[in-house]
Amino acid sequence: MPQRTVVVASTHGLHARPAAIFTQAAAKAGVPVQLTKNGKSVNAASILGVISLGIDHGDEVQLSVDGEGAEGVLDELEGLLTTDHDA
Amino acid sequence: MSTLTGVGIGRALVVGPVLRMPDRLPEPPTLPSTIGPDSEKDRVTGALAATAQDIRARGEKAGGKAQEVLEAQALMADDPTLRSDIDTRVDNGATAERAVFEAFAGFRDMLVGLGGYMAERATDLDDVAQRVIARLSGVPAPGVPESDTPFVLVARDLAPADTALLDLEKVLAVVTSEGGPTSHTAILAREKSIPAIVSARGALDLADGTVVIADSSTGEIRVAPDEEQLSAARAEGARRAARASVPVGPGALADGTRVPLLANLGSADGVDAAVAAGAEGVGLFRTEFLFLDAKTAPTVSQQYAHYAKLLRGFPGGKKVVVRVLDAGADKPLSFLNDAPEENPALGLRGLRALRATEQILRDQLTALARAQSESDADLWVMAPMVSTVEETRYFVALARELGIRTAGVMVEVPSSALLADRVLLEADFASIGTNDLTQYTLAADRLLGSVASFQDPWHPAVLRLVREVGRAGAALGKPVGICGEAAADPLLAVVLVGLGATSLSMSPSALGDVRAELLQHTREQAVALAEAALGAEDAAGARAAARALLPV
Repeated sequence: MPQRTVVVASTHGLHARPAAIFTQAAAKAGVPVQLTKNGKSVNAASILGVISLGIDHGDEVQLSVDGEGAEGVLDELEGLLTTDHDA
Repeated sequence: MSTLTGVGIGRALVVGPVLRMPDRLPEPPTLPSTIGPDSEKDRVTGALAATAQDIRARGEKAGGKAQEVLEAQALMADDPTLRSDIDTRVDNGATAERAVFEAFAGFRDMLVGLGGYMAERATDLDDVAQRVIARLSGVPAPGVPESDTPFVLVARDLAPADTALLDLEKVLAVVTSEGGPTSHTAILAREKSIPAIVSARGALDLADGTVVIADSSTGEIRVAPDEEQLSAARAEGARRAARASVPVGPGALADGTRVPLLANLGSADGVDAAVAAGAEGVGLFRTEFLFLDAKTAPTVSQQYAHYAKLLRGFPGGKKVVVRVLDAGADKPLSFLNDAPEENPALGLRGLRALRATEQILRDQLTALARAQSESDADLWVMAPMVSTVEETRYFVALARELGIRTAGVMVEVPSSALLADRVLLEADFASIGTNDLTQYTLAADRLLGSVASFQDPWHPAVLRLVREVGRAGAALGKPVGICGEAAADPLLAVVLVGLGATSLSMSPSALGDVRAELLQHTREQAVALAEAALGAEDAAGARAAARALLPV
């Protein structure tokens, strides 16, 4: 399954607004996306799942996408995670 | 017609129909489902979708920042992880209501466990849960009701989450059956200048649509008045509203005595709004809020950037009073004092904590002095929670050594108020923090709900201490400011001036009402009001004694 490791750029981590932007994009991808931090994986389309990982600025996370167009989805989501939405 | 009475906040008189805020829903019972998992799941699907849709519709109507918050709430209602948690509970025999309740509660605990900013979002999740359960149970959703026409909001008490969603265009006044003059509702009402009457027993019996006349200056609510009373009330309401909308200008009494009106700020971002509201400067800039999330002490250059931005907002010699970091019971700073204490309000806080880690204080004063040298604003710097003359001397000497021109102290502890004549020999000015002064005078922890009724700055014991400081200031020619909730209470503001306060600082939204009230009284009348309040034996008596002197 295509996978990518990303360092989160948002100043306040993946909380509230940045988490909402990210989960909405993941939900729109149309294929299952997993977000993993420290071995714990959640459905990336779940805002509560994403928030529960407690992702802070500078944390390393893994994105895994299954299915058609996986690389394109990874590119888009990686772009979101490496943008500082709090700036 | 009947009349209810509570404690009024503000001086407005409004007429309008009542709208009740529904109470929070009871916890759904743990009875097993009688219709089976499939039917329960259909109900869940319907309720979640309808709730998400409803929240989004409100978001689109609200726009801006509120829409972002509401969109995040809609996403919670749509959440797939939450949904599978609910389904598991339904498969195990739970009703839709109970499964939704438990699943949301689980995620709520998770958010609280994450702490900080995320813990605050737990209330958003609670709100969504309540809305879904209300929909399942076929009852109105809790929270602030919505209406296209203005109304008088009646509630048991308001929670912070409710007040954030208040549509100030629509809420004429807030009436609560519980809560005292220092409840969250009361504080919000003062901050946003919403007329309020709290502790009005019997208010919950008012039916939706009942027309009332609510007078926040007397705390009276007249129920179902006749036409004649209504038109008299409307005229009186308009008269008071006109008085409150005096043009923005320097604060002064009716006889022209100047009383500069300043703003309390926690961030340089609030400068524009404060200036627009007519703030003549800043009377309290709380620096700790800049650094609450910091795990280490902020550097000189980080701080300098903030202070420079703040001072730029007040050019031309305007006064800006900055308080150095105030770590306290209500706002701990881990890098200043991390040791658990039995009695944090009486512990190593304020200047005491800074003194124990003097480098932090030196850095802050250095950053402030640098910002001062590049600005023509008139920077004053003060230390929090000073309790002795020796501490005053220490702080003023250190501030001068590092280049601060004007250095003073906050008077929040009775010892400093009682020795104000000696404290003010050392300090350039004093600023009275009425919230802490009240807590220490009445020995009632201001964070403890069970003793909240003691936290009332109208208490004559507190007023006497203010008089001590006012007298010392007058004798020595040193300014005595007030910063704290008390200065935002228009009538109390006049009393404080009568006790010798030379400037008043408050949240910017309170400036208009206070400016209008000051203009109603001469210096002599303010002193008479103060004398009347001082003669009372408790806070309620002081309030009543001052009100009794007002023209009808």
